[in-house]
Amino acid sequence: MTNLSILILIPLLTALAVLMGRNAIQIRFVALIGSVIQLLAGIALLFSYLAERAAGNTAQMLFEYRCSWYSALNIEYYVGVDGISIAMILLTAVVVVAGILISWNMQTLNKEFFFLIVLLSLGAYGFFISLDLFTLFFFLELAVIPKYLLIGIWGSGNKEYSAMKLALMLMGGSALVLVGILATYFNTNIGNGVHTFDLIKISQISIPVQTQMYIFPLLFVGFGVFTALFPFHTWAPDGHSSAPTAASMFLAGISMKLGGYGCLRVATYLMPEAAHQYSWVIVLLATAAIIYGAFATLMQKDLKYMNAYSSVSHCGFVLLGIGMLTKTAIIGAVIQMVSHGLMTALFFGSIGMLYERTHTRQVAQLGGLLKTLPFLSTVFIIAGLCSLGLPGFSGFVAEMTVFMGAWQRPELFNRIATILACASIVVTAVYILRAAGKSVMGPIANEQFKNVTDARWTEKLASILLIVAILSIGFAPFWIIDLIDVDTQLIMENIGRGLSSN
Amino acid sequence: MIDSTYILLIPLLPFLSFLLIGLLGRTYFPKQCSIIGTLSLFASFVISLVVAYQYFFQIGQVNGIYQKITAFKMVWLQFSPNISIDMGILLDPISVMMLLVVTFISFMIHVYSMGYMHGDPRISVFYSFLSLFTFSMLGLVISTNIFQIYIFWELVGISSFLLIGYYYEKPSAVAASKKAFIVTRFADLGFLVGILILSFQSETLDFQTLIERLTTDTEYLNSATTASFFGFSALTWGLTLVFAGGAGKSAMLPFHIWLPDAMEGPTPVSALIHAATMVVAGVYLVARLFPVFSISAPEALNIVAYVGAFSSLFAAIIACTQTDIKRVLAYSTMSQIGFMMFALGVSGYGGEEGLGYTASMFHLFTHAMFKALLFLCAGAVIHYVHSNEMNDMGGLRKLMPVTHITFLIACLAITGIPPFSGFFSKEEILLAAYHSNKLIFAMGILTAALTAFYMFRLYFTIFWSKPFKSHQAETAHHGEAPGTMLLPLIILAFFAAITGLIRFGKYVSSDGAALISELHVDFSIAPVLIALLGIGIAYYLYKKENDTPQKLATGLSGFYKAAYGKFYIDELYLFITKGIVFNLVGRPIAWFDKNIVDGGINLSASTVGYISETIKKFQSGKVQDYAIYFFAATIGFVLLFIYLWS
Repeated sequence: MTNLSILILIPLLTALAVLMGRNAIQIRFVALIGSVIQLLAGIALLFSYLAERAAGNTAQMLFEYRCSWYSALNIEYYVGVDGISIAMILLTAVVVVAGILISWNMQTLNKEFFFLIVLLSLGAYGFFISLDLFTLFFFLELAVIPKYLLIGIWGSGNKEYSAMKLALMLMGGSALVLVGILATYFNTNIGNGVHTFDLIKISQISIPVQTQMYIFPLLFVGFGVFTALFPFHTWAPDGHSSAPTAASMFLAGISMKLGGYGCLRVATYLMPEAAHQYSWVIVLLATAAIIYGAFATLMQKDLKYMNAYSSVSHCGFVLLGIGMLTKTAIIGAVIQMVSHGLMTALFFGSIGMLYERTHTRQVAQLGGLLKTLPFLSTVFIIAGLCSLGLPGFSGFVAEMTVFMGAWQRPELFNRIATILACASIVVTAVYILRAAGKSVMGPIANEQFKNVTDARWTEKLASILLIVAILSIGFAPFWIIDLIDVDTQLIMENIGRGLSSN
Repeated sequence: MIDSTYILLIPLLPFLSFLLIGLLGRTYFPKQCSIIGTLSLFASFVISLVVAYQYFFQIGQVNGIYQKITAFKMVWLQFSPNISIDMGILLDPISVMMLLVVTFISFMIHVYSMGYMHGDPRISVFYSFLSLFTFSMLGLVISTNIFQIYIFWELVGISSFLLIGYYYEKPSAVAASKKAFIVTRFADLGFLVGILILSFQSETLDFQTLIERLTTDTEYLNSATTASFFGFSALTWGLTLVFAGGAGKSAMLPFHIWLPDAMEGPTPVSALIHAATMVVAGVYLVARLFPVFSISAPEALNIVAYVGAFSSLFAAIIACTQTDIKRVLAYSTMSQIGFMMFALGVSGYGGEEGLGYTASMFHLFTHAMFKALLFLCAGAVIHYVHSNEMNDMGGLRKLMPVTHITFLIACLAITGIPPFSGFFSKEEILLAAYHSNKLIFAMGILTAALTAFYMFRLYFTIFWSKPFKSHQAETAHHGEAPGTMLLPLIILAFFAAITGLIRFGKYVSSDGAALISELHVDFSIAPVLIALLGIGIAYYLYKKENDTPQKLATGLSGFYKAAYGKFYIDELYLFITKGIVFNLVGRPIAWFDKNIVDGGINLSASTVGYISETIKKFQSGKVQDYAIYFFAATIGFVLLFIYLWS
């Protein structure tokens, strides 16, 4: 029997060990070792999950553990995983390791920086394994505060403004989530006036449709803010671009996925009837985000802003997949979460590494880096190709799955939305190739670029780790389908309930 | 049944060579990269020969009909219980033919590049990209699944992007590579939506099942052909959109603008990708879905025919005015692909009716040989002259005898002079067009005449005309290229001369049954005479340096300028992208985001700030103030209560 709490324990111990570190080297190695152990634990979890499923275990959640936390309100520490959460845990683990490696040469306040990074990952892990709504919310909040500090202290540019904006908007989102969770809680009478936060139990109770109709928007929009739901996305560009490299990677790679995961696991799963009623709204907003984000990206001049807006567009695919409510589309949404997490971490990582050397992120001031920084420029191009959905990379698998799933909805409205979403891949190609063509190809723009050194070993390691993860999905998508197929089926049974009652 | 998993080696060998050269070549064995790449391609070519022999002479035929054989298949991505992307190998006459063409031409190009790219410091990168391209192209031709073809379609697109932009420090090369990728990507959007429609209508992505369901199964056919949207059935829409993707890759109107610019890439690349293999992918795609086009959606096939014919004529006219030899060849490629397209478009399914299909594939085959040859000759010339401009050349026949003869053979082949290969395939195309659509036939004949003219204009200007004046005196002596470059020229010239004698219809036909088409001597007299006329005019105008062409251009100044300016299609695109997409869509959206959406968020924050600033003033810390608030509030409440009670 696997004990999931170890996934929280490892980062906790790492964080404490980081605090006790004496010098920068010690701190870095402690953080790195801790995160690598966590990655290995995640991989071990993947295999034990596959073994359980192969042995015929069809329970919805595996490796469950629960103990009462605050019995007066029936709050429990209740954890368990299915394939979708394992995919998210693996994503988090990979991004954390890569982020720590890329921040290896952090100059100031090492101890605090790595402590916050590990704390952030702790929140994410806790969030992905929680099955008790209150505990889940607790971890969600835990993952917000460190971001404020990371941007405010180690950031660049207009960092106070960005940090504040990000923290406030995400807090606003979580306030909506909290209200939604409480409203859900008070609608779950499981006998004798006792209520529950237990996600699985709630899913078996049918909450009246009228009630769902007002709870669902609270939860969906609340989580949606985290995943840059249009029009609540503006924290993303400012936040991402002011954040230090590792924090951008986390923010886009993991934090935005908390929202997508919440939209699926909490909002859609618990309120299937409302999800069906609101499907068109979600599709509308998601399509708007996809197209709007893509065109907004087209006009950006700063590489980080560019990737931030493109994240808005790409996260739109997650919401589109969820909003379409077909099994294929939801599988696509989950793959897109993993894929976008890896890809955007790679992209932000490479932008950060280039910035460290060239001291500019303005596309117009860059040029010809392929000549002097062949490794980093190649990484940049690979991240770009993944972003434009080239086959062989994870983005293609995710997008195509979303499209195929979305096309199963025969209504004209959904068809048009799907075609518009497809059209965004052309715009993506335009902005990626424009950026790549100007910044890493072409003649060398600045004599100073000739005196820069290519990637250090830690940076190479981080890039290779992320690229391998991306390729593993892009080349062999069947393993991730195997991982999430059964669980999406179980979720679909609940969502299908919403369809049949309409 | 022979164990056929060894066929997997054909695409895998180039892929392994890509990985090996791409990851390790630059650091560990930069000198050997070209050898590794070439050997792996040679092995692929040999295996393809074996496969072709087995398929055509041993296992392919059952009762006189060539079968479609799925030699290998694995599920790659399962979408839903009956829809999945499979990776596999489909053997049928056209895929086996394409295997031969791709591996053979690619092998030739690999050999040629050893000489052409000699001394280039990034040769390992070049060979790894070349291997990547060959892998993708092979994956494309053996696809069993329409999504598999789309995947490799994108991969050839990116390989083409990487190779066009090989000289990445040249801004023009970067711009050309971007343009090529983006224009084809735009067309691929059509392909993707087409796939979605077809997969929805047939509930499968597998080619064989899809073709079967959409040609014979009435249940699927009824829903696919009746559902109407703007007057066309869902099936017609789907196929037309798929064709749009094909038109993008094959540089048909209106997606042709990337091809001439793609000539920025190294010349061997132009020969391989932009002449012989990738650009015919669109033709191949239509041929692959041909039964559906022909039986269930003739309107879509009509579109194919007219787009092909117009592109063909259009490109031939432009080719007559260009002066960059690679651009002339690029337009000629577009024109010849137009021939293949309209041949498919006028074809019927099965028996004699299917002549156009056979002719199209035949022309694809012969064209690959002579057009690759033309480009390689052009490469040898450019290598020597160090210029792409026709006007810098002239009188090279004595300095480069081998190149001269091979180029002449290629010109005769493309012009359609018997007994060279192009004659046979072009006659069949014209014959098929003659029997089904006189308008298209007329355009075809006109194009054939123009082809003869511009090809020999090229030939005479390069090799005859004025004597060659080299910038450096000593280079005028050693004219001919190294052996690694000449050998492919000679081999390709040999095939360009003789491949027309193959009885192509015996092997490749629309329904798999042998199509015995006799040579129609009486029919072929007219096209040959017209071609000779074109050559004659070119001879008269360009054999010796004179001012007649200049006068002619001035005489037709309006039309000449329009054709020289490529009919301003590029400018139109530029206007659409810059003027509309950027300025009328992108800029307002960015403005809206910054000022309205984000402004709204900031406004709400500053409103809160303003309110709290205002309220804060009440907390002044002065007892007197608090006393005033206290009494004011008390009086206020008292008044309120009195008001409420009364």
